[in-house]
Amino acid sequence: MTPLSALLVRDMRLAVRIGGGALMGVLFFLIVVTLVPLAVGPDLAQLRRIGPAMLWLGALLASLLTLDRLFAADQEDGSLDLMLMGRAPLELVVLVKAAAHWITTGLPLVIVTPLLGLFLNLEPGAIAAVALALLIGTPALTCIGLVGAALSVALRRGGLLLPVLVLPLTVPVLIFGVAAASGEASSGTAFMILGALTLMSLVLGPFAAAAALRHGLE
Amino acid sequence: MALIDLANPTRFLAFIARVLPWLVVATAIAFAIGLYLVWFSPDDYQQGATVKIMFIHVPNAWLSMVVWAVMSVAALGTLVWRHPLADVAAKSAAPLGAAFTFLALLTGSLWGRPMWGTYWVWDARLTSVLVLFLMYLGLIALWRTVEDPARAGRAAAILTLVGAVNLPIIKFSVDWWNTLHQGASVFRMGGSAIDPTILRPLLVMGLAFSLLFLTLHLAAMRNEILRRRVRALWLMQAHAAQGA
Repeated sequence: MTPLSALLVRDMRLAVRIGGGALMGVLFFLIVVTLVPLAVGPDLAQLRRIGPAMLWLGALLASLLTLDRLFAADQEDGSLDLMLMGRAPLELVVLVKAAAHWITTGLPLVIVTPLLGLFLNLEPGAIAAVALALLIGTPALTCIGLVGAALSVALRRGGLLLPVLVLPLTVPVLIFGVAAASGEASSGTAFMILGALTLMSLVLGPFAAAAALRHGLE
Repeated sequence: MALIDLANPTRFLAFIARVLPWLVVATAIAFAIGLYLVWFSPDDYQQGATVKIMFIHVPNAWLSMVVWAVMSVAALGTLVWRHPLADVAAKSAAPLGAAFTFLALLTGSLWGRPMWGTYWVWDARLTSVLVLFLMYLGLIALWRTVEDPARAGRAAAILTLVGAVNLPIIKFSVDWWNTLHQGASVFRMGGSAIDPTILRPLLVMGLAFSLLFLTLHLAAMRNEILRRRVRALWLMQAHAAQGA
C-alpha cells in the first residue's frame, strides 16, 4: 500500500468511527431541509420552485460543518507534522485528505438528495438534475473549504472563522449549481461551467492549502 | 534611495515623517479643486443634482478594487520576497479597502433611492461589490484572530491571493446569474460617452481619493510599526519580570 492510499483508508476509517462525524453532515442536511417547509409554509408548488436552491444551500452548509476538523484533529495528535515532514508531496497529501473528506461527507449528501427532493415535491427529472449538479459541484466545495481549513488549523477559534472565509468564495459554485439544477435552457452551459469550477478548484485548492499549512506551522 | 533601503523600519519611519506632511497638503489641495469643480459642474438633465453623488461614489468603487490589488502585491512581497514591511502594508490596507467598499455601497444605495426608487437591488454590480466587502471583512477577521503578526501575515497573504484569483470569477458568475434572473440590466452608465464637463471633475476626485488612500495607508503603516514595537517591548518586559 502506498503512503497516499494508506492515508486515504486511514482518513475514511477515522471519519466513520466514534468521534469522526461522517454522517453528521447528512443529518444536518436532513434537518435543514426539514426546517425549510416549516419556515416558508407547506405549499407544495412553492416548495417545488425553491427546492433545488434549498437543497444547494443545505449541502453547502453541511459540507462546511465537518471541514474545521479536517486538519485540526491531525494537528492535535501530531500526525500533521509527520505529513509535513514525510516524503509524499504535501499537495498530494492534502488532495488525498480532501478526497477522503468528500467520500465521507460530500458523497452521502448526493445519495440522500433524491429522498429530500421527494420531500420538496420535485419532479423526477429535477431530482436527477439536482443530484447530478451536487455530484459535480460538491468536490469544488470541499476543495475551496480545504484552503479555509488549512488557514484556520493553527487558530484557537478557527471553527468560527472558517465559514466567514470560505462562504464568499463559494458564490460561483452556488450560482452555477442552482442554475444547473434549474432545468432551464441554460442549464447545459451551467453544468459545463460547474465542471470547470470543480476542476479549477481541484488544481488550485490543494496548492493553496499546502502553502497555508507550511506557512502556518513553521 | 532604493526600495530595498526602506525595508528597514526605522528608515521607513523617517521616510514617512518626511513625506507625510506633503501628502496631506497635496490631498487637501486635490480635494479642494475637485469639490470646486464638482460644485460648478452642470446638473444632469434627468437626474438633477443627485448626479453629484457620482463624484464620491465612483472613486470609492475604483479604490475598493485598487486596494485589493495593492494587498495582492503586498501578499507576493510577504510570500515570495519575504519583505519585512509587506505584511505591514497588507494589514494596514485591509481596513481602508473595507471602508472604501462600504462607502461605495452606501453612496450607491443613497443614489439608488431617488433614481431607482429603492435603496438596494440585486443588480450584478451591487452584488459583486457586496461579496467583495464580505471578503474584506473575512480578511480583517483573519488578521484579528492570529496573535503572532508574522504568522497572521502569511495566512492573510494566502487568503488575499486566493481572493485575487477568485474575485474575477465571482464577478463573472454574478453577472451571469443576474442576466439569467432579470434580463439585461438597465442600470448602466453607458450609451452616451461621458461629457468632459463631468469627466474632468470625476478624474480630479479620483486623484484626490487615491491621494487620500496613499496618505492614510502610510499613516496606518507607521502606526502598525509602532504598535508592533510596543508589543515587542511588552513581551520583553513580561519576559524579564518572569525571569526575575
